[in-house]
Amino acid sequence: MRESVWWTVSIACALVMVLLLSLHMGIMHLAGLLNALGLNLGDVRSFSAVVARGKNPVQMVVYVIFLAVALYHGLYGLRGILLEVTRSRRWEVTITGLLFLAGALAFVYGTYVTVKTFTG
Amino acid sequence: MNRSDRLGIKGWVWAGRFGVERYFYTLHRITGIGLVIYLFLHIYETGARLQGREAWEATMALFRTPLFVFLEYVLFVGFIFHAVNGLRLIFTELGYALGRPTRPVYPYRTSVLRHRPVVYVLMVLMALLIVLAGVDIFLLPG
Repeated sequence: MRESVWWTVSIACALVMVLLLSLHMGIMHLAGLLNALGLNLGDVRSFSAVVARGKNPVQMVVYVIFLAVALYHGLYGLRGILLEVTRSRRWEVTITGLLFLAGALAFVYGTYVTVKTFTG
Repeated sequence: MNRSDRLGIKGWVWAGRFGVERYFYTLHRITGIGLVIYLFLHIYETGARLQGREAWEATMALFRTPLFVFLEYVLFVGFIFHAVNGLRLIFTELGYALGRPTRPVYPYRTSVLRHRPVVYVLMVLMALLIVLAGVDIFLLPG
């Protein structure tokens, strides 16, 4: 595929991330502000709350998509930075391969944790 | 060939007279790298839930220590900057907030005059979000 297609996918992932990551960061890290606005979610980081959320099938699917989107966008950006300091095609292929491998391993582990939490 | 203008990686930091957008570019890369590193650590530490309640609670207790609360705020600041600046970049790449292209004929029109006010508005937005995050993480209970 052309490089411009990979870049367009990265931009699309960025737009998805703005929405999902904003929600995720807000819920996980801005509990005080949400309380002040009348939205009391309790201790969202307690074990029982995490497991309860993990049992939700919608949450499971959204988290797997979130993980894929975040890994793609992050590693594509990192690839862009690293390819600026390389000159040979061989290094380009090596860096792309290593980043793909790191992303695939992280995705497999993250999906395993998400699905295992869902199935219990 | 004139080799004096090949600055290498040092050119990322300084390569002449920079506008505020160039520093945003550098910060965007730094926050991006930080967020990628955090992502991998986050995927690993959220796996602690599979080891049971004690392992999870011990991990969360570590993240409630002052150092990690501060790092959490640094992460949030990095996220706010990267997200807001990223949206600016997407709109710029699609051609918005740059003005109409004109022939390079004197008096020249520069897109910076159209774009710089957008940058200042976004800086105010970022500052507001960063202050709100600081109030929540350091001052508000829970």
